[in-house]
Amino acid sequence: MAKLKGYVEVNIGRCKGCNLCVVECPTDTLDLQPREVNDRGYHYAYMKNPDDCIGCANCGFVCPDGCITVYRKKVL
Amino acid sequence: MNVNDIVNPENLVYAKPALMNENHMHYCPGCSHGVVHKVIAEVIKELDLQEKTIGIAPVGCAVFAYKYLNIDWQEAAHGRAPALATAVKRLLPDRMVFTYQGDGDLAAIGTAETIHAANRGENIAIIFINNGIYGMTGGQMAPTTLSNMVTSTSPDGRNVKTTGGPLKMLNMLALLDGVCLATRVSVHTATAVKKTRRMIKLAFENSMAGKGTSIVEVVSTCNAGWKMTPEAANNWMVENMFPVFPIGDLKNI
Ligand SMILES: Cc1ncc(C[n+]2csc(CCOP(=O)(O)OP(=O)(O)O)c2C)c(N)n1
Ligand code: SF4
Ligand code: SF4
Repeated sequence: MAKLKGYVEVNIGRCKGCNLCVVECPTDTLDLQPREVNDRGYHYAYMKNPDDCIGCANCGFVCPDGCITVYRKKVL
Repeated sequence: MNVNDIVNPENLVYAKPALMNENHMHYCPGCSHGVVHKVIAEVIKELDLQEKTIGIAPVGCAVFAYKYLNIDWQEAAHGRAPALATAVKRLLPDRMVFTYQGDGDLAAIGTAETIHAANRGENIAIIFINNGIYGMTGGQMAPTTLSNMVTSTSPDGRNVKTTGGPLKMLNMLALLDGVCLATRVSVHTATAVKKTRRMIKLAFENSMAGKGTSIVEVVSTCNAGWKMTPEAANNWMVENMFPVFPIGDLKNI
């Protein structure tokens, strides 16, 4: 059966660590960096469980700052 | 599977809208304003209106909206966006003209401008960000503040006996003959964002088609003013704002 694989790129510099993408992700792929911060001091979002991403783009839709780029590919 | 197999342009499903520039937006983390800015940018691009759009920016947190979207903008005095939009649309009728206003802007100082523009059926779209509070100036009570809601100027909660109840501008506007679209949406989930996109698209199409005034009220959060995390603010909005400001169309003709 074909499966959807996704990949999310986070624009680290723009991210404000609001956590809304983490909440909206149906597969628990994302989290905020627990220690690392960006130039503005925000704990930015990252793919904690990259294998789980299905590329649904929910995270992108709810991101207020346009930090998220989503790719999706069908794999057999 | 290798990441490089996925990350290439043909697999792209979502990205920052092309009309949103690289300027860092000044909004607090998790603020609804940013999501609505993105939706507006996407719709203008989809309708190929980037050379034809004139946005009217408000006073309020969105006062700098013109810095973030690469379209033409005019800055209005507080509450006067519908009056300025009236002038712009009448002078340049081939343009798509929209206002972007908070609830302090639209429902307090600009109540008269809003109602009369809608009553005249000006061919403009009004994007109304209702977060129940004056965000920019420190979270003061707005006409839209919920009953018993604590704000910096109602520390014991809004007293409806002395200040009235939350003002439902959209319901009032929907009664006017000049209004072709009056709808309430939100941007707290991906599904809600997609719906908002459809309604803002319709509002912009109505402006171009000369159908009258369209109002899209986005029930929003001001997590900083409400003193909550963005996630808690979304939940609070669903629990407390939606019963008073229910999502859905009041008018769509
Ligand atoms: C003529 C005038 N009166 C008052 C103010 C102060 N003021 C600035 S923003 C604002 C309220 C903004 O609230 P809202 O429209 O709800 O937007 P938000 O900041 O919540 O997005 C007020 C009263 C002003 N700038 N100009
Ligand atoms: S694309 Fe979907 S599954 Fe992947 S991180 Fe974003 S919300 Fe989660
Ligand atoms: S004060 Fe409220 S409305 Fe203004 S940017 Fe912050 S969260 Fe948004």
